[in-house]
Amino acid sequence: MAPTDNQNWLALFFDKVGRYFVAGIEEIGNGGVLVVESFFWLIVGPRRKQPVRLGSIFAQMMEIGIQAIPIVALLASAIGVMLAIQGIHTLRIFGAESRVTIGIAFSVVREFSPLITGILVAGRSGSGLAARIGTMKINQEIDALKVMGINPTRFLVVPALLAMLVMVPMLTILSDLMGLLAAGLYVGIDLGISMAAYFDEVRDILTVDDVWHGIGKSVIFAILIAVIGVVNGASVTGGAEGVGKATTRSVVQAISAIIVTDMIFAFVATR
Amino acid sequence: MAEDKNTEQPAQGPDKAQDKAPGKVIEVDNLVTHYGEREILKGVTLDVRENEIMVIMGGSGSGKSTLLRHLMALEMHTSGTMKILGQDIEKLTAMEMFHLRKKLGVAFQSGALFSSMTVGENIMLPLHEHTDLDPTTREIMARMKLEVVSLAGFENLMPAELSGGMVKRAAFARAIIMDPKILFCDEPSAGLDPVVASALDDLILDMRAAMGMTIVVVTHELESAFKIADRLTILDKGHILMIGTVDEVRKSKNERVQNLLNRMPEDDTIDPDEYLGRLTGEEIGGDATL
Repeated sequence: MAPTDNQNWLALFFDKVGRYFVAGIEEIGNGGVLVVESFFWLIVGPRRKQPVRLGSIFAQMMEIGIQAIPIVALLASAIGVMLAIQGIHTLRIFGAESRVTIGIAFSVVREFSPLITGILVAGRSGSGLAARIGTMKINQEIDALKVMGINPTRFLVVPALLAMLVMVPMLTILSDLMGLLAAGLYVGIDLGISMAAYFDEVRDILTVDDVWHGIGKSVIFAILIAVIGVVNGASVTGGAEGVGKATTRSVVQAISAIIVTDMIFAFVATR
Repeated sequence: MAEDKNTEQPAQGPDKAQDKAPGKVIEVDNLVTHYGEREILKGVTLDVRENEIMVIMGGSGSGKSTLLRHLMALEMHTSGTMKILGQDIEKLTAMEMFHLRKKLGVAFQSGALFSSMTVGENIMLPLHEHTDLDPTTREIMARMKLEVVSLAGFENLMPAELSGGMVKRAAFARAIIMDPKILFCDEPSAGLDPVVASALDDLILDMRAAMGMTIVVVTHELESAFKIADRLTILDKGHILMIGTVDEVRKSKNERVQNLLNRMPEDDTIDPDEYLGRLTGEEIGGDATL
């Protein structure tokens, strides 16, 4: 008996969902292998006379971290001021605006700094990584590395991953400071609280655990950004258009992964 | 696998004395490879001898680039065996493969120079990664290789600042920086004007003479192939049509070899019903399905 249109539609739907699911699992697997392989080269590379070059790591750290300082500082300050404005506005309803520092301190350090830093690095450096590796792939540069006996993971991925692991938490700390500082300035102007009093209160409220909460997240975000960028770059096919698609895909996936991971991390860490 | 009826076996008469295993740097036996379900190489068997220039020729889709990727150990085959410098690449450990790769040089079709590095840094990269030479020695060696490819003085330029021919020359310089035993060249003269292409052919001959390496060239440029080849391998739809010297290939009676040499398209008779079916997406005489 010939299938009806409905049956055809259903079969196509499940076929498509199945393919996406399998492709997704494959990508996650590739990402996992990449992380393991990266640490393998980091540890075993020097013994095999194939070390990860410090120069490459520093070059990546400059690109991912140092060059991102102005934009991270600017956005963190804007977020700090925004939190202060909303906090004061909301708490004024209860006449409790003087307690705004609690909300600002927790929100900035535990949530907004790692989140904004992660999203920014994903958009700035994760996409750059995907584009670079994708372009190298279509230009046969990855093949050239392989035939020269240079492992592409050691040469391209490990420096980027290490640079992310160092610089994303650093940028998060910078973001914490800038967010708190900018919020403090606004609170000072709006509520007439001195900066010294504001920072005393912040210090009383925050614990070391709160700071580690944010930094811990940023470490996970760093791995996600690097792995998603590399996996998407390595999957490029079809020339320049393929590079563009992989870059966009990398940014969307990295930001989605950051937000979902943030939620899971927050849930687990507050139990 | 059954041989193709049109296949001419490797020239054996006068060369038989050389045809001993120690003289062979590449030995491919009944190599079969697939991309997904599609069979690309269908039982390829060939040898490349020490210090010879072997040119692999064939039309588009004949499998020559795929064969080259296998010879460079960039892809693994489905069945058959392949030995490079006496080592069965399927049985090599990662470390053995690493050491083998240091004896191979590749000049890619696009050059594949790293765009973020200068020409000099590109050429020095293998030395930087595989040797303990100090930077000054590396620079001297890079300049020497640039001299060989007539690019002296260009080491501080970025690849984007070079012309197509210069990029290929720089790629040659990088490929020979470790003094490889085998040099692979993928379409060295593709996209170049005849003068520059001819100069590159001369360069390949000079490099063989100066460095005594074995060179495998994939090309579809007849003029270039006849100029540089000691022997040619003619591929067609994943089969080897023939292996022989330039003279043997020129005198071949094989119709498909002659078609390739005379640039004649394959006689492809079109079935009108099938053609109509392809256009409309309908199977003539069957159900109309997508």
